[in-house]
Amino acid sequence: MKRLSKYRRHRAAAPLLLIIALLGIGTTFSVASATPNKSSLALARSAIIEEGKQIFLKGCSSCHGLNAEGGAIAPSLIGVGAASVDFQVATGRMPMADMSTQAMRKAPVYSPQEVAALAAYVASLAPGPEIPGDELLNYERDGSVAEGGELFRNNCAMCHNFAGQGGALTQGKYAPTVMGVEPVHIYEAMITGPQSMPVFSDKIITPEEKLSIIKWIKSAEAEPALGGASLGRVGPVTEGLLVWTLGIGILIGVAVWLAMKAR
Amino acid sequence: MTARERIAGNVANYVDERTGAAAWMKKNLNKVFPDHWSFLLGEIALYSFVILLLSGTFLTFWFDPSQREVIYEGAYQPLSGLKMSAAYASTLHISFEVRGGLLMRQIHHWAALFFMVAIVVHLLRVYFTGAFRKPREFNWIIGVGLLTLGIVEGFLGYSLPDDLLSGTGIRIAEAIIQAVPVVGTYIAFFAFGGAFPGEAFIPRIFTVHVLLLPGIFLALITVHLMLVWYQKHTQYPGPGRTEKNVVGYPLFPVYMAKAGGFFFIVFGVTTFIAAVASINPIWLYGPYTPGQISAGSQPDWYMGWLDGLVRMAPPLETHAFGHTISWNILIPGLIIPGIMFTGLALYPFIESWITGDKREHHLLDRPRNVPNRTAIGAMALTFTLIALINGGNDIIAQQFHLSINQIMWFSRIGIIVLPPIAFVITKRICISLQRADRELVLHGKESGRLVRLPHGEFVEVHEELSPEKKWLLTYHEQSGPLELPEIDKAGVRRTDAIRNKLRSRMSEANAEVAPKVSTQDLKEIEHH
Repeated sequence: MKRLSKYRRHRAAAPLLLIIALLGIGTTFSVASATPNKSSLALARSAIIEEGKQIFLKGCSSCHGLNAEGGAIAPSLIGVGAASVDFQVATGRMPMADMSTQAMRKAPVYSPQEVAALAAYVASLAPGPEIPGDELLNYERDGSVAEGGELFRNNCAMCHNFAGQGGALTQGKYAPTVMGVEPVHIYEAMITGPQSMPVFSDKIITPEEKLSIIKWIKSAEAEPALGGASLGRVGPVTEGLLVWTLGIGILIGVAVWLAMKAR
Repeated sequence: MTARERIAGNVANYVDERTGAAAWMKKNLNKVFPDHWSFLLGEIALYSFVILLLSGTFLTFWFDPSQREVIYEGAYQPLSGLKMSAAYASTLHISFEVRGGLLMRQIHHWAALFFMVAIVVHLLRVYFTGAFRKPREFNWIIGVGLLTLGIVEGFLGYSLPDDLLSGTGIRIAEAIIQAVPVVGTYIAFFAFGGAFPGEAFIPRIFTVHVLLLPGIFLALITVHLMLVWYQKHTQYPGPGRTEKNVVGYPLFPVYMAKAGGFFFIVFGVTTFIAAVASINPIWLYGPYTPGQISAGSQPDWYMGWLDGLVRMAPPLETHAFGHTISWNILIPGLIIPGIMFTGLALYPFIESWITGDKREHHLLDRPRNVPNRTAIGAMALTFTLIALINGGNDIIAQQFHLSINQIMWFSRIGIIVLPPIAFVITKRICISLQRADRELVLHGKESGRLVRLPHGEFVEVHEELSPEKKWLLTYHEQSGPLELPEIDKAGVRRTDAIRNKLRSRMSEANAEVAPKVSTQDLKEIEHH
């Protein structure tokens, strides 16, 4: 204490204290506000968008046009939003392998970083649905299985089948299975309406209801085959097939055996 | 005589003195049944029916046939708290909370599918071997009645749990009822006790499903079996088998042991499949609400052909005098099935009209020896099969990455074009097989042994068939077409000339065969 009081009246004491105080306030402020440098963020963002644009020009523009304005064989991407790009590209649907009926799910061509860059580029063209974040997608916490099942049967089952196994549409198009699809892609499909699927806006199905649907799908996915082999969960067709092949086959085999003469 | 034999004798005597059963038993226990695997197909249907009675009774202990609305509080969490009918809730209860309930439900449903499959394969056996001929025409009609009732009974059972799939089925049934011109809407109103779905339907079809139809089934099955008993079973031709005898094993003990054992095997196989393969997982379908529908909604297979016919019907409607006639439902849903089942029931009479054959037949035909009948059967099967395929067009399109429209157009064209082609091909194959038989009888079997003759020619040695085999290949009759002159003996044109012309045309087609070996042919061979 004695040492400190000795320097208290030192000439440099006041300016030093001022500097310390200023530094302290500045540091506190910068830590508390924790906003990264705006201009550097914008810089990083424009770099990502530029990267996305380069990918787009190489991989997508031959069909979707140099400015994503669309063409004779592919729609315009202006205003489709990041969610649409993430769904189509991250599930491997885009780029399309063949143009005959509809884009099918396959191994993705681009890495997650490239997909993010593409999404950022397309989102930069015009506002559109954004990729839902992890905080929003907490379906385990915010969803209800029973309600989700009811919503699924009301809105989805007519194309995707009662157990989400998918179904046929006209002219070779189809609603794919929703089993094994990542929650974020299910959500994106609902808000963007890819291929033949309609858009389910937040007014028709609220975000909480969407989470309930995802929760039900995940619960159906995890549900064990309660009655034995599930036969594909596509209804009576496979049941009829089984009884006409294995079922009656065994019984006719037994009948032949029973009617054989003892040797 | 041991003590045990004495007691058994006393018991038997006691019963006999009061019922007179001994003479009856002695006669009937020695009754002979021919042995062939294809004669056991009907038994599969009979045993499946017994399994259905047993498992169905079990299910009624818990099933609540009511459309009263309840809130589900049971074990299956994904439906927890949902509103549903008591019928659906109690089916969930049977599936998840009743011990062995799910297994029993699956046994019941698989047994129903087996029942219908067995009826159809039994019918095919009876048809293609000509077992329906006099004196068995009535039994054929009873059989067709059992098939028809089986379809109805199966459909009602499929409808009872009031899940999304069964409700969809009832909705389509209602549409077909409504398609009946003029009175359709009234009938639908009476059946449903008001507008669809109402609250009356499940209790009503429950009564029909568990009381009325099983009662009719029991009565018809009893008459069916009594007629088999009384008329004796048909048999395949063979050494010592004639139109006047039955060669086989006595009912007791051989046939009884085999038949009794077979019952347990059918029960065992049904239970095995029910234990390893899921059927009608109603908890996945969810409760029925008219606003919902699932992709790939299908009926059970025995209704699939009917669904397929409706699916391929072009959209045709007529509006007249304030009424709408939906031809797109009426024709495939009622008229075509009506024609199919009437034709099926009347077939024995049609055939005997064409052949003019009014004699009794107890020896079965080989399908190839009756080319026309076999070809008609193949034609009908092709028709039904295409309808059945179209019934599953959405599942086929999805599983094999095909276009549902293409499958539908294939079915629309195929159902008209393919049955006649099947007829012609089958008939040609039958006649070719007859020629092969003729060849066998005349020249024997190729032995594969080559012999070189002294002058250098190589010939293959043919082994002559045994007399039994020769008889098998030549026993059948070939009576030729009916002679139906247009002008009668008095030189007057007959009044029924047009009908006779049709009949003689059909008779000619029916008599088209490869001539079987005659004694004349054999003599010529010996002459060589």
